Amino acid sequence: MTRPAKLINVYYFIKRFFLFVFFICGAGLLLQAQDFPAKPNTLVNDYTHTLSANEINQLEQKLVRFDDSTSTQIAVVLIPSLNGYEVADYGAQLAQKWGIGQQGKNNGVLILVSTGDRKITIQTGYGVEGALPDAIAKRIIENQITPEFRQGNYYAGLDKGTDAIIAYTKGEYKNDKPKQKDQGGSVGLIILIIIIILIIISRRGGGGNQVIGSRGGASPFWWFLMGNAMGRGSSGNWGGGRGGSWGGGSGGFGGFGGGSFGGGGASGSW
Amino acid sequence: MRKNLYILFVGAIALFSLSSCGYNSMVKLDEQVQAQWAQVENVYQRRADLIPNLVNTVKGAANFEQQTLTQVVEARAKATQVTVDPTKLTPESIQKFQAAQGELSSALGRLLMVTENYPELKANANFQELQAQIEGTENRITVERQKFNQVTQEYNAKIRSFPTNLTASIFGFEKKGYFQAEAGANKAPKVEF
Repeated sequence: MTRPAKLINVYYFIKRFFLFVFFICGAGLLLQAQDFPAKPNTLVNDYTHTLSANEINQLEQKLVRFDDSTSTQIAVVLIPSLNGYEVADYGAQLAQKWGIGQQGKNNGVLILVSTGDRKITIQTGYGVEGALPDAIAKRIIENQITPEFRQGNYYAGLDKGTDAIIAYTKGEYKNDKPKQKDQGGSVGLIILIIIIILIIISRRGGGGNQVIGSRGGASPFWWFLMGNAMGRGSSGNWGGGRGGSWGGGSGGFGGFGGGSFGGGGASGSW
Repeated sequence: MRKNLYILFVGAIALFSLSSCGYNSMVKLDEQVQAQWAQVENVYQRRADLIPNLVNTVKGAANFEQQTLTQVVEARAKATQVTVDPTKLTPESIQKFQAAQGELSSALGRLLMVTENYPELKANANFQELQAQIEGTENRITVERQKFNQVTQEYNAKIRSFPTNLTASIFGFEKKGYFQAEAGANKAPKVEF
Protein backbone atom coordinates (compact mmCIF):
# COMPACT_ATOMS: atom_id res chain seq x y z
CA MET A 1 0.00 0.00 0.00
CA THR A 2 2.82 2.41 0.66
CA ARG A 3 3.68 4.43 -2.34
CA PRO A 4 7.30 5.12 -3.19
CA ALA A 5 8.35 8.54 -2.00
CA LYS A 6 9.68 9.38 -5.45
CA LEU A 7 6.33 8.95 -7.08
CA ILE A 8 4.69 11.23 -4.57
CA ASN A 9 7.26 13.87 -5.29
CA VAL A 10 6.76 13.63 -9.01
CA TYR A 11 3.03 13.73 -8.57
CA TYR A 12 3.27 16.76 -6.34
CA PHE A 13 5.50 18.52 -8.81
CA ILE A 14 3.26 17.79 -11.76
CA LYS A 15 0.23 19.00 -9.89
CA ARG A 16 1.94 22.20 -8.85
CA PHE A 17 3.36 22.89 -12.25
CA PHE A 18 0.12 22.45 -14.05
CA LEU A 19 -1.82 24.50 -11.55
CA PHE A 20 0.65 27.22 -12.36
CA VAL A 21 0.16 26.75 -16.09
CA PHE A 22 -3.61 26.80 -15.64
CA PHE A 23 -3.32 30.03 -13.75
CA ILE A 24 -1.30 31.68 -16.50
CA CYS A 25 -3.53 30.43 -19.26
CA GLY A 26 -6.63 31.49 -17.43
CA ALA A 27 -5.63 35.10 -16.99
CA GLY A 28 -8.26 36.98 -18.93
CA LEU A 29 -8.05 40.22 -20.78
CA LEU A 30 -9.28 43.29 -19.01
CA LEU A 31 -11.23 45.61 -21.20
CA GLN A 32 -11.25 49.28 -20.57
CA ALA A 33 -14.43 50.93 -21.69
CA GLN A 34 -15.03 53.84 -19.36
CA ASP A 35 -15.51 56.31 -22.16
CA PHE A 36 -18.39 54.33 -23.58
CA PRO A 37 -21.84 53.82 -22.09
CA ALA A 38 -22.76 50.24 -21.19
CA LYS A 39 -24.65 48.16 -23.75
CA PRO A 40 -28.34 49.07 -23.46
CA ASN A 41 -31.51 47.11 -24.17
CA THR A 42 -33.05 49.66 -26.46
CA LEU A 43 -32.27 50.95 -29.93
CA VAL A 44 -32.88 54.59 -29.06
CA ASN A 45 -30.68 55.90 -26.26
CA ASP A 46 -30.79 59.54 -25.30
CA TYR A 47 -28.18 60.32 -22.67
CA THR A 48 -28.86 64.04 -23.02
CA HIS A 49 -32.61 64.20 -22.24
CA THR A 50 -33.18 66.09 -25.47
CA LEU A 51 -36.04 63.94 -26.69
CA SER A 52 -39.31 63.51 -24.82
CA ALA A 53 -40.36 60.08 -23.60
CA ASN A 54 -43.04 59.99 -26.26
CA GLU A 55 -40.59 60.82 -29.04
CA ILE A 56 -38.16 58.18 -27.86
CA ASN A 57 -40.96 55.67 -27.78
CA GLN A 58 -42.14 56.46 -31.31
CA LEU A 59 -38.65 56.24 -32.71
CA GLU A 60 -37.97 53.03 -30.82
CA GLN A 61 -41.19 51.44 -32.07
CA LYS A 62 -40.33 52.25 -35.65
CA LEU A 63 -36.78 50.89 -35.38
CA VAL A 64 -37.85 47.74 -33.54
CA ARG A 65 -40.40 47.05 -36.27
CA PHE A 66 -37.66 47.44 -38.86
CA ASP A 67 -35.38 45.13 -36.87
CA ASP A 68 -38.19 42.57 -36.64
CA SER A 69 -38.81 42.47 -40.36
CA THR A 70 -35.27 42.82 -41.72
CA SER A 71 -32.96 42.07 -38.77
CA THR A 72 -31.14 45.28 -39.71
CA GLN A 73 -30.59 47.25 -36.53
CA ILE A 74 -30.53 51.03 -36.58
CA ALA A 75 -29.44 52.48 -33.25
CA VAL A 76 -29.84 56.12 -32.32
CA VAL A 77 -27.61 57.52 -29.60
CA LEU A 78 -27.47 61.04 -28.23
CA ILE A 79 -24.59 61.95 -25.97
CA PRO A 80 -23.73 65.28 -24.34
CA SER A 81 -20.04 65.31 -25.29
CA LEU A 82 -17.41 63.37 -27.20
CA ASN A 83 -14.70 64.07 -24.62
CA GLY A 84 -12.19 64.97 -27.28
CA TYR A 85 -12.87 61.99 -29.53
CA GLU A 86 -13.36 62.43 -33.23
CA VAL A 87 -17.05 61.81 -33.89
CA ALA A 88 -16.56 59.07 -36.52
CA ASP A 89 -13.93 57.34 -34.39
CA TYR A 90 -16.14 57.36 -31.31
CA GLY A 91 -19.12 56.18 -33.33
CA ALA A 92 -17.24 53.28 -34.89
CA GLN A 93 -15.86 52.14 -31.54
CA LEU A 94 -19.20 52.43 -29.79
CA ALA A 95 -21.02 50.54 -32.53
CA GLN A 96 -18.41 47.80 -32.45
CA LYS A 97 -18.56 47.54 -28.65
CA TRP A 98 -22.32 47.27 -28.59
CA GLY A 99 -22.38 44.93 -31.57
CA ILE A 100 -25.21 46.63 -33.42
CA GLY A 101 -26.60 44.40 -36.18
CA GLN A 102 -26.47 40.64 -36.52
CA GLN A 103 -23.30 38.64 -36.27
CA GLY A 104 -22.28 37.40 -39.70
CA LYS A 105 -24.54 39.84 -41.51
CA ASN A 106 -22.99 42.89 -39.83
CA ASN A 107 -26.11 44.82 -40.72
CA GLY A 108 -26.04 47.53 -38.10
CA VAL A 109 -26.29 51.28 -38.45
CA LEU A 110 -25.49 53.77 -35.73
CA ILE A 111 -26.64 57.37 -35.70
CA LEU A 112 -24.55 59.12 -33.08
CA VAL A 113 -25.32 62.69 -32.11
CA SER A 114 -23.18 64.73 -29.76
CA THR A 115 -25.32 67.69 -28.79
CA GLY A 116 -22.47 69.47 -27.01
CA ASP A 117 -20.13 69.31 -30.00
CA ARG A 118 -22.99 69.79 -32.50
CA LYS A 119 -21.66 66.84 -34.45
CA ILE A 120 -23.34 63.83 -35.96
CA THR A 121 -22.15 60.64 -37.59
CA ILE A 122 -23.84 57.75 -39.35
CA GLN A 123 -21.74 54.61 -38.97
CA THR A 124 -22.49 51.67 -41.21
CA GLY A 125 -21.66 48.05 -40.43
CA TYR A 126 -19.63 46.04 -42.93
CA GLY A 127 -22.81 44.50 -44.33
CA VAL A 128 -24.62 47.79 -44.90
CA GLU A 129 -21.81 49.61 -46.70
CA GLY A 130 -23.18 48.45 -50.04
CA ALA A 131 -26.77 49.53 -49.46
CA LEU A 132 -25.84 52.74 -47.68
CA PRO A 133 -22.59 54.03 -49.17
CA ASP A 134 -20.71 56.88 -47.55
CA ALA A 135 -21.91 59.40 -50.11
CA ILE A 136 -25.54 58.51 -49.39
CA ALA A 137 -24.96 58.68 -45.64
CA LYS A 138 -23.45 62.11 -46.16
CA ARG A 139 -26.46 63.16 -48.20
CA ILE A 140 -28.87 61.99 -45.51
CA ILE A 141 -26.98 64.00 -42.92
CA GLU A 142 -26.88 67.11 -45.09
CA ASN A 143 -30.39 66.95 -46.51
CA GLN A 144 -32.55 65.23 -43.88
CA ILE A 145 -30.94 65.61 -40.50
CA THR A 146 -28.87 68.73 -40.03
CA PRO A 147 -31.42 71.19 -41.52
CA GLU A 148 -33.84 70.10 -38.79
CA PHE A 149 -31.15 70.12 -36.12
CA ARG A 150 -30.31 73.71 -36.98
CA GLN A 151 -33.89 74.62 -36.16
CA GLY A 152 -33.62 72.69 -32.91
CA ASN A 153 -35.97 69.97 -34.14
CA TYR A 154 -33.96 66.97 -33.00
CA TYR A 155 -36.80 64.54 -33.20
CA ALA A 156 -37.84 65.60 -36.70
CA GLY A 157 -34.24 65.29 -37.90
CA LEU A 158 -33.79 61.83 -36.45
CA ASP A 159 -37.21 60.73 -37.67
CA LYS A 160 -36.49 61.79 -41.23
CA GLY A 161 -32.95 60.49 -41.08
CA THR A 162 -34.01 57.04 -39.91
CA ASP A 163 -36.76 56.99 -42.55
CA ALA A 164 -34.16 57.64 -45.22
CA ILE A 165 -31.83 54.95 -43.86
CA ILE A 166 -34.71 52.50 -43.75
CA ALA A 167 -35.56 53.32 -47.37
CA TYR A 168 -32.01 52.58 -48.48
CA THR A 169 -31.42 49.43 -46.46
CA LYS A 170 -34.92 47.93 -46.75
CA GLY A 171 -34.27 45.36 -49.45
CA GLU A 172 -30.84 44.29 -48.28
CA TYR A 173 -31.63 41.76 -45.57
CA LYS A 174 -34.51 39.62 -44.41
CA ASN A 175 -35.04 38.46 -40.89
CA ASP A 176 -34.60 34.71 -41.24
CA LYS A 177 -35.16 34.12 -37.56
CA PRO A 178 -38.37 36.01 -36.91
CA LYS A 179 -39.74 36.16 -33.42
CA GLN A 180 -42.43 33.52 -33.06
CA LYS A 181 -45.25 35.61 -31.85
CA ASP A 182 -48.54 33.93 -31.02
CA GLN A 183 -48.01 30.71 -32.88
CA GLY A 184 -45.02 29.43 -30.99
CA GLY A 185 -46.38 30.38 -27.61
CA SER A 186 -49.77 28.87 -28.28
CA VAL A 187 -48.40 25.52 -29.44
CA GLY A 188 -46.44 25.31 -26.21
CA LEU A 189 -49.49 26.34 -24.26
CA ILE A 190 -51.74 23.75 -25.92
CA ILE A 191 -49.28 20.99 -25.13
CA LEU A 192 -49.07 22.19 -21.56
CA ILE A 193 -52.87 22.19 -21.26
CA ILE A 194 -53.09 18.69 -22.76
CA ILE A 195 -50.54 17.46 -20.24
CA ILE A 196 -52.45 18.99 -17.35
CA ILE A 197 -55.75 17.54 -18.58
CA LEU A 198 -54.16 14.12 -18.98
CA ILE A 199 -52.79 14.29 -15.48
CA ILE A 200 -56.18 15.23 -14.09
CA ILE A 201 -57.90 12.46 -16.04
CA SER A 202 -55.39 9.88 -14.96
CA ARG A 203 -55.66 10.95 -11.35
CA ARG A 204 -59.43 10.70 -11.39
CA GLY A 205 -59.65 7.52 -13.41
CA GLY A 206 -57.25 5.12 -11.87
CA GLY A 207 -56.67 6.67 -8.56
CA GLY A 208 -53.10 5.61 -8.87
CA ASN A 209 -50.43 7.22 -10.95
CA GLN A 210 -50.70 5.89 -14.46
CA VAL A 211 -48.35 8.33 -16.01
CA ILE A 212 -45.43 6.50 -14.60
CA GLY A 213 -46.71 3.00 -14.57
CA SER A 214 -46.47 0.47 -11.79
CA ARG A 215 -43.31 -0.91 -13.30
CA GLY A 216 -41.69 2.47 -13.19
CA GLY A 217 -41.64 3.15 -16.92
CA ALA A 218 -43.65 5.83 -18.61
CA SER A 219 -45.66 5.10 -21.71
CA PRO A 220 -44.05 5.97 -25.04
CA PHE A 221 -46.87 8.35 -25.79
CA TRP A 222 -46.03 10.26 -22.67
CA TRP A 223 -42.36 10.51 -23.52
CA PHE A 224 -43.31 11.74 -26.97
CA LEU A 225 -45.33 14.54 -25.45
CA MET A 226 -42.61 15.43 -23.02
CA GLY A 227 -39.95 15.37 -25.68
CA ASN A 228 -42.02 17.57 -27.86
CA ALA A 229 -42.55 20.04 -25.09
CA MET A 230 -38.90 20.06 -24.07
CA GLY A 231 -37.83 20.53 -27.66
CA ARG A 232 -40.04 23.53 -28.00
CA GLY A 233 -38.73 24.91 -24.79
CA SER A 234 -35.14 24.80 -25.85
CA SER A 235 -35.80 26.32 -29.22
CA GLY A 236 -37.01 29.38 -27.48
CA ASN A 237 -40.67 29.38 -28.43
CA TRP A 238 -42.02 28.79 -25.01
CA GLY A 239 -39.71 30.40 -22.59
CA GLY A 240 -40.22 33.73 -24.19
CA GLY A 241 -36.48 33.90 -24.69
CA ARG A 242 -36.79 37.06 -26.70
CA GLY A 243 -38.54 39.65 -24.65
CA GLY A 244 -42.19 40.11 -25.29
CA SER A 245 -42.73 37.26 -27.70
CA TRP A 246 -45.50 35.90 -25.49
CA GLY A 247 -47.60 38.95 -25.18
CA GLY A 248 -48.67 39.01 -28.78
CA GLY A 249 -48.17 42.77 -29.03
CA SER A 250 -45.49 44.39 -31.12
CA GLY A 251 -42.81 43.07 -28.79
CA GLY A 252 -39.66 44.68 -27.46
CA PHE A 253 -36.16 44.91 -28.79
CA GLY A 254 -34.34 41.58 -28.61
CA GLY A 255 -30.86 42.98 -28.04
CA PHE A 256 -27.89 43.71 -30.24
CA GLY A 257 -26.71 40.78 -32.31
CA GLY A 258 -22.93 41.31 -32.40
CA GLY A 259 -22.45 43.04 -35.76
CA SER A 260 -19.07 44.41 -36.72
CA PHE A 261 -18.09 47.87 -37.96
CA GLY A 262 -15.24 49.06 -40.11
CA GLY A 263 -15.57 52.83 -39.99
CA GLY A 264 -17.81 53.26 -43.02
CA GLY A 265 -20.34 56.06 -43.05
CA ALA A 266 -20.24 59.83 -42.94
CA SER A 267 -20.18 62.67 -40.46
CA GLY A 268 -21.33 66.23 -40.32
CA SER A 269 -22.00 69.13 -38.04
CA TRP A 270 -24.70 71.75 -37.67
CA MET B 1 -3.07 1.72 -9.33
CA ARG B 2 -5.68 4.34 -8.67
CA LYS B 3 -3.07 6.97 -8.03
CA ASN B 4 -1.38 6.17 -11.32
CA LEU B 5 -4.64 6.62 -13.16
CA TYR B 6 -5.09 9.92 -11.44
CA ILE B 7 -1.66 11.09 -12.51
CA LEU B 8 -2.41 9.99 -16.02
CA PHE B 9 -5.62 11.96 -15.94
CA VAL B 10 -3.95 15.11 -14.64
CA GLY B 11 -1.22 14.66 -17.22
CA ALA B 12 -3.73 14.38 -20.03
CA ILE B 13 -5.55 17.51 -18.93
CA ALA B 14 -2.25 19.33 -18.62
CA LEU B 15 -1.29 18.27 -22.11
CA PHE B 16 -4.57 19.58 -23.46
CA SER B 17 -4.25 22.85 -21.63
CA LEU B 18 -0.70 23.22 -22.86
CA SER B 19 -1.65 22.62 -26.45
CA SER B 20 -4.65 24.89 -26.17
CA CYS B 21 -2.68 27.81 -24.84
CA GLY B 22 0.44 27.00 -26.74
CA TYR B 23 1.15 26.22 -30.33
CA ASN B 24 -2.37 25.99 -31.71
CA SER B 25 -3.56 29.26 -30.31
CA MET B 26 -0.43 30.97 -31.55
CA VAL B 27 -1.12 29.72 -35.05
CA LYS B 28 -4.66 30.97 -34.74
CA LEU B 29 -3.55 34.40 -33.58
CA ASP B 30 -0.95 34.53 -36.33
CA GLU B 31 -3.68 33.85 -38.87
CA GLN B 32 -5.86 36.51 -37.32
CA VAL B 33 -3.10 39.09 -37.58
CA GLN B 34 -2.54 38.20 -41.23
CA ALA B 35 -6.26 38.37 -41.99
CA GLN B 36 -6.48 41.74 -40.32
CA TRP B 37 -3.46 42.88 -42.31
CA ALA B 38 -5.32 41.98 -45.49
CA GLN B 39 -8.17 44.14 -44.25
CA VAL B 40 -5.77 47.03 -43.64
CA GLU B 41 -4.30 46.73 -47.15
CA ASN B 42 -7.81 46.52 -48.48
CA VAL B 43 -8.85 49.90 -47.11
CA TYR B 44 -5.61 51.54 -48.20
CA GLN B 45 -6.22 50.13 -51.66
CA ARG B 46 -9.71 51.56 -51.56
CA ARG B 47 -8.23 54.97 -50.96
CA ALA B 48 -5.69 54.54 -53.76
CA ASP B 49 -8.55 53.60 -56.10
CA LEU B 50 -10.51 56.71 -55.25
CA ILE B 51 -7.68 59.12 -55.90
CA PRO B 52 -7.66 59.02 -59.76
CA ASN B 53 -11.36 59.94 -59.70
CA LEU B 54 -10.70 62.75 -57.33
CA VAL B 55 -7.80 64.05 -59.35
CA ASN B 56 -9.85 64.02 -62.55
CA THR B 57 -12.73 65.83 -60.94
CA VAL B 58 -10.51 68.46 -59.40
CA LYS B 59 -8.61 68.98 -62.65
CA GLY B 60 -11.84 70.12 -64.23
CA ALA B 61 -12.04 73.07 -61.90
CA ALA B 62 -10.84 76.29 -63.45
CA ASN B 63 -7.10 76.96 -62.92
CA PHE B 64 -6.69 74.51 -60.07
CA GLU B 65 -3.33 74.57 -58.38
CA GLN B 66 -1.23 72.07 -60.30
CA GLN B 67 1.40 71.56 -57.67
CA THR B 68 -0.87 69.99 -55.05
CA LEU B 69 -2.32 67.72 -57.69
CA THR B 70 1.03 66.38 -58.86
CA GLN B 71 2.09 65.87 -55.26
CA VAL B 72 -0.93 63.64 -54.69
CA VAL B 73 -0.34 61.67 -57.86
CA GLU B 74 3.30 61.12 -56.99
CA ALA B 75 2.60 60.16 -53.41
CA ARG B 76 -0.01 57.69 -54.60
CA ALA B 77 2.43 56.10 -57.03
CA LYS B 78 4.99 55.74 -54.27
CA ALA B 79 2.55 54.40 -51.72
CA THR B 80 1.19 51.72 -54.01
CA GLN B 81 4.71 50.49 -54.65
CA VAL B 82 5.37 49.70 -51.02
CA THR B 83 3.84 46.36 -50.26
CA VAL B 84 4.34 44.10 -47.28
CA ASP B 85 4.55 40.34 -47.32
CA PRO B 86 1.80 39.31 -44.87
CA THR B 87 3.99 36.53 -43.50
CA LYS B 88 6.69 39.03 -42.61
CA LEU B 89 4.91 41.73 -40.67
CA THR B 90 8.02 42.94 -38.92
CA PRO B 91 8.09 46.33 -37.18
CA GLU B 92 10.41 47.64 -39.90
CA SER B 93 8.26 46.62 -42.84
CA ILE B 94 5.14 48.07 -41.24
CA GLN B 95 6.94 51.30 -40.51
CA LYS B 96 8.00 51.58 -44.14
CA PHE B 97 4.48 50.93 -45.32
CA GLN B 98 3.09 53.44 -42.88
CA ALA B 99 5.59 56.11 -43.92
CA ALA B 100 4.67 55.78 -47.61
CA GLN B 101 0.95 55.84 -46.89
CA GLY B 102 1.41 58.69 -44.46
CA GLU B 103 2.94 60.82 -47.20
CA LEU B 104 -0.08 60.15 -49.36
CA SER B 105 -2.36 61.03 -46.44
CA SER B 106 -0.81 64.43 -45.98
CA ALA B 107 -0.73 65.17 -49.74
CA LEU B 108 -4.38 64.22 -49.95
CA GLY B 109 -5.21 66.29 -46.89
CA ARG B 110 -3.54 69.29 -48.47
CA LEU B 111 -5.48 68.79 -51.68
CA LEU B 112 -8.80 68.65 -49.84
CA MET B 113 -7.87 71.78 -47.92
CA VAL B 114 -7.08 73.65 -51.10
CA THR B 115 -10.39 72.67 -52.67
CA GLU B 116 -12.11 74.68 -49.95
CA ASN B 117 -11.12 77.76 -51.92
CA TYR B 118 -12.92 76.66 -55.06
CA PRO B 119 -16.65 77.32 -54.63
CA GLU B 120 -17.21 75.83 -58.05
CA LEU B 121 -15.82 72.51 -56.82
CA LYS B 122 -17.67 72.62 -53.54
CA ALA B 123 -20.94 72.93 -55.43
CA ASN B 124 -20.07 70.02 -57.70
CA ALA B 125 -22.16 66.98 -56.73
CA ASN B 126 -19.60 64.55 -58.06
CA PHE B 127 -16.89 66.15 -55.97
CA GLN B 128 -19.08 66.13 -52.87
CA GLU B 129 -19.64 62.40 -53.22
CA LEU B 130 -15.96 61.74 -53.72
CA GLN B 131 -15.16 63.81 -50.68
CA ALA B 132 -17.61 61.79 -48.58
CA GLN B 133 -16.12 58.56 -49.88
CA ILE B 134 -12.59 59.64 -49.10
CA GLU B 135 -13.62 60.75 -45.63
CA GLY B 136 -15.26 57.39 -45.05
CA THR B 137 -12.20 55.60 -46.34
CA GLU B 138 -9.92 57.52 -44.01
CA ASN B 139 -12.19 56.46 -41.14
CA ARG B 140 -12.04 52.88 -42.32
CA ILE B 141 -8.27 53.08 -42.35
CA THR B 142 -8.29 54.29 -38.75
CA VAL B 143 -10.61 51.51 -37.67
CA GLU B 144 -8.78 48.71 -39.46
CA ARG B 145 -5.48 49.93 -38.10
CA GLN B 146 -6.89 49.93 -34.59
CA LYS B 147 -8.14 46.40 -35.09
CA PHE B 148 -4.79 45.35 -36.49
CA ASN B 149 -3.00 46.74 -33.46
CA GLN B 150 -5.42 44.95 -31.17
CA VAL B 151 -4.88 41.49 -32.65
CA THR B 152 -1.16 42.12 -32.98
CA GLN B 153 -0.98 43.07 -29.35
CA GLU B 154 -2.74 39.86 -28.42
CA TYR B 155 -0.35 37.88 -30.59
CA ASN B 156 2.77 39.61 -29.28
CA ALA B 157 1.65 39.21 -25.69
CA LYS B 158 1.13 35.52 -26.30
CA ILE B 159 4.50 34.81 -27.85
CA ARG B 160 6.31 36.75 -25.17
CA SER B 161 4.62 35.44 -22.05
CA PHE B 162 5.59 32.32 -20.19
CA PRO B 163 5.18 29.42 -20.91
CA THR B 164 4.09 30.04 -24.49
CA ASN B 165 7.30 31.93 -25.26
CA LEU B 166 9.11 28.58 -25.12
CA THR B 167 6.89 27.14 -27.83
CA ALA B 168 7.16 30.38 -29.76
CA SER B 169 10.94 30.31 -29.81
CA ILE B 170 11.01 26.65 -30.80
CA PHE B 171 8.71 27.19 -33.75
CA GLY B 172 10.06 30.59 -34.71
CA PHE B 173 7.09 32.85 -34.01
CA GLU B 174 8.36 36.39 -34.22
CA LYS B 175 7.15 39.65 -32.79
CA LYS B 176 5.05 41.65 -35.22
CA GLY B 177 5.00 45.39 -35.76
CA TYR B 178 2.34 47.92 -34.82
CA PHE B 179 1.02 50.99 -36.51
CA GLN B 180 2.43 53.94 -34.64
CA ALA B 181 0.51 57.13 -34.16
CA GLU B 182 1.97 59.51 -36.68
CA ALA B 183 3.41 62.73 -35.38
CA GLY B 184 0.93 65.44 -36.20
CA ALA B 185 -1.21 63.04 -38.19
CA ASN B 186 -4.29 63.90 -36.19
CA LYS B 187 -4.03 67.57 -36.97
CA ALA B 188 -5.32 69.00 -40.18
CA PRO B 189 -2.45 70.00 -42.43
CA LYS B 190 -1.72 73.72 -42.58
CA VAL B 191 -2.02 75.51 -45.85
CA GLU B 192 -0.20 78.72 -46.46
CA PHE B 193 -0.83 81.03 -49.34
